[in-house]
Amino acid sequence: MRNTLAATAASIVAFITSSTAMAGKDLDAIKARGALNCGVGIGTAGFMLADSQGKWRGLSVDVCRAVAAAIFGDAEKVKYAPLTSQQRFTAVQSGEVDIVMGNATWTLTRDTALGLDFTGVYYYDGQSFLVPKTLGVKSARELGGATVCVAPGTTTELNLADYFRANKMTFKPVVIEKVDEIRAAFFAGRCDVYTTDASSLAATRAANVPPPRTFDDFVILPEIISKEPLGPVVRHGDSQFADIVRWALYAMVEAEEHGITSKNVDEMLKSDNPAIKRILGVTPGMGKALGIDERWVYNIVKQVGNYGESFDRNVGKDSPLKIDRGLNRLWSQGGLQYSPPFR
Amino acid sequence: MAVEALGSAPRTKVAPWNDPTVRGWVFQVVVVGLVGLLAWYLVDNTITNLERQKIASGFHYLGREAGFEIGDTMVEYSPASTYARAIYVGMLNTLKVSVLGIIMATFLGTLLGIGRLSNNWLLSKICEWYVEAFRNVPLLLWLFLFYKLISEAFPGPRQAISAFWGTVFLSNRGVYFPVPLADAVFKWMGVALLVAIAGAWALHRWARRRQDATGQPFPSIIAGTGLIVGLPVLVWLLGGAPHHMSWPALKGFNFDGGSVIQPEFTALLFGLVLYTSAFVAEIVRSGILALHKGQTEAAAALGLTRGQSMRLVLLPQALRVIVPPMTSQYLNITKNSSLAIAIGYPDLVASINVTINQTGQAIENVLIIMAAYLSVSLSISAFMNWYNKRIALRER
Ligand SMILES: N[C@@H](CCC(=O)N[C@@H](CS)C(=O)NCC(=O)O)C(=O)O
Repeated sequence: MRNTLAATAASIVAFITSSTAMAGKDLDAIKARGALNCGVGIGTAGFMLADSQGKWRGLSVDVCRAVAAAIFGDAEKVKYAPLTSQQRFTAVQSGEVDIVMGNATWTLTRDTALGLDFTGVYYYDGQSFLVPKTLGVKSARELGGATVCVAPGTTTELNLADYFRANKMTFKPVVIEKVDEIRAAFFAGRCDVYTTDASSLAATRAANVPPPRTFDDFVILPEIISKEPLGPVVRHGDSQFADIVRWALYAMVEAEEHGITSKNVDEMLKSDNPAIKRILGVTPGMGKALGIDERWVYNIVKQVGNYGESFDRNVGKDSPLKIDRGLNRLWSQGGLQYSPPFR
Repeated sequence: MAVEALGSAPRTKVAPWNDPTVRGWVFQVVVVGLVGLLAWYLVDNTITNLERQKIASGFHYLGREAGFEIGDTMVEYSPASTYARAIYVGMLNTLKVSVLGIIMATFLGTLLGIGRLSNNWLLSKICEWYVEAFRNVPLLLWLFLFYKLISEAFPGPRQAISAFWGTVFLSNRGVYFPVPLADAVFKWMGVALLVAIAGAWALHRWARRRQDATGQPFPSIIAGTGLIVGLPVLVWLLGGAPHHMSWPALKGFNFDGGSVIQPEFTALLFGLVLYTSAFVAEIVRSGILALHKGQTEAAAALGLTRGQSMRLVLLPQALRVIVPPMTSQYLNITKNSSLAIAIGYPDLVASINVTINQTGQAIENVLIIMAAYLSVSLSISAFMNWYNKRIALRER
């Protein structure tokens, strides 16, 4: 295990010594390196998980792949760095990684005082509670006096304290840094409850329950106690790079809205629809405005897929998680996923 | 000194650039100047970087509401407390585990070190295996192992193992035990305890002097122990012997009432003590082995038992060899306690890390943690140096 404090210290040293001549040149550094450094979590099924070959997969991972496809025309040009909730922000502040896709919630403080920029929302989430069925609890209101497992340095930790304070209940936190150690402590019964984003609870319930117990021995309580808009994080200072990250995600959403998929994108190149021609760079302009190849959206959709494809494959109906799209439906279908126009 | 001696030789003939004193000064000024420039450059660069990325700076955040809960606190704390308070709570937890760890590792390590020198083959082998096992596996693995053992091996709170006629409960939430309800008398018992300790120490010194002068022994250890136990008990009796207790009882999900030692603390303390005592054992053993064999033989010739010769002749002399390396073991315990975060014990590093994440002010927080560990380390070193001087060989 990497010692967090040592990592923080290393980040600070990098920060203290990094030359100011680099200001606003994150994109140049990425291009020169030939790969995007993407910080991800330790391992959460459907969002960010390395398979047995060490290949990272998941909805969050797909956003990094989309950015690499936009910049290099190749979604594989990504180097992944697994980070804990404690390490992720110092890692991006110091330039150790270019982008963090660690299911980080967009908050005012993080966007300002931490020197970070959130470029959008790839998953509208909310915090909930996972409990064993044997606990016999039906509502979060019944959790007074419970022992709660939670990750440090998260919005989760703060919402938890807020929620119990607001409802005049007490709790005992057990705060462990690595997400797999938290899950182990929860499944061993050290805590009555595990709390984090509902998406991550669904992943834990689907993929991490140690046998002989199964999925069915645990329930996610109905209360959603917070708003957790999860977004890509870059460091403040290079707005061109931030724009590319922002629009790479929008491109996935816009492609879905126009029915462009990884399967039909080649035919779509021949489309007469002026909007689709602009999106796919048949009518040039968008790529130039961002300072990248005109075929950037084509590359993203061809190699990564549109937002709906990525959602269904990783966390939705075609995955073991079977998460309902809910708030993450397109705006045209009653959800919140909405891309500003491509023009 | 050599430089001055040279300088006092006829210096009129030496050109300034050949004068070692002048040259020494020039070099020092240049080095200090360069270090100063480098520091100035780094500070300036940091400030520029902070501003460019619009990262907040300064120590104002310390007074803001922390907003997170801490699971194991020695003083009053709630999410409404400040960041400064949260850091203080973490600091106290670090001190608690370090001080207990140092005391317990010293005892256990000394016993193991002496055990390895025992004539009893089995005892000495067991001690040797212990030392080898604990020294050669990284502490972090021991911590994970102990933590897993506690959380997997013990039942949940509803099936807690009860001991001592249902007054103590063991579960994966920790050990719950009854504690006396707060009473004003306890403060005076604390005062009595301090007075008794001072009294016992004075008694011990007096007994030593008398024995040195007259050769008459006095059982000062027994008398002192009696004083330390007796005086607080006397105060308790005089204070009306308050005996209302807070008993642990299952309520909802967890035990309520009494007091608890949590698994995270237990695992960390066990890990630190068992690991460090292996090193302490080696230090003690080599300290004793460093003594001339004649010491043992002379002690035996005087008719001292093995125990007496160990306690009165060998250990006091071995201490001179033992104390200096012991200092670094004590420093190690304090520093290693920061592995707490891996198993969720809320120590100083845990508080600081959360604060860094919630405020983004890494540099300020790392300065605080450096200052904290530095003061603890310097205090330990200062104490050990003082003790080392005290026991140093006095030539008569
Ligand atoms: N959204 C919350 C919590 C997100 C978070 O960091 N959760 C962690 C630990 S529960 C996580 O999901 N890590 C994923 C992983 O490490 O695989 C936040 O941004 O503070």
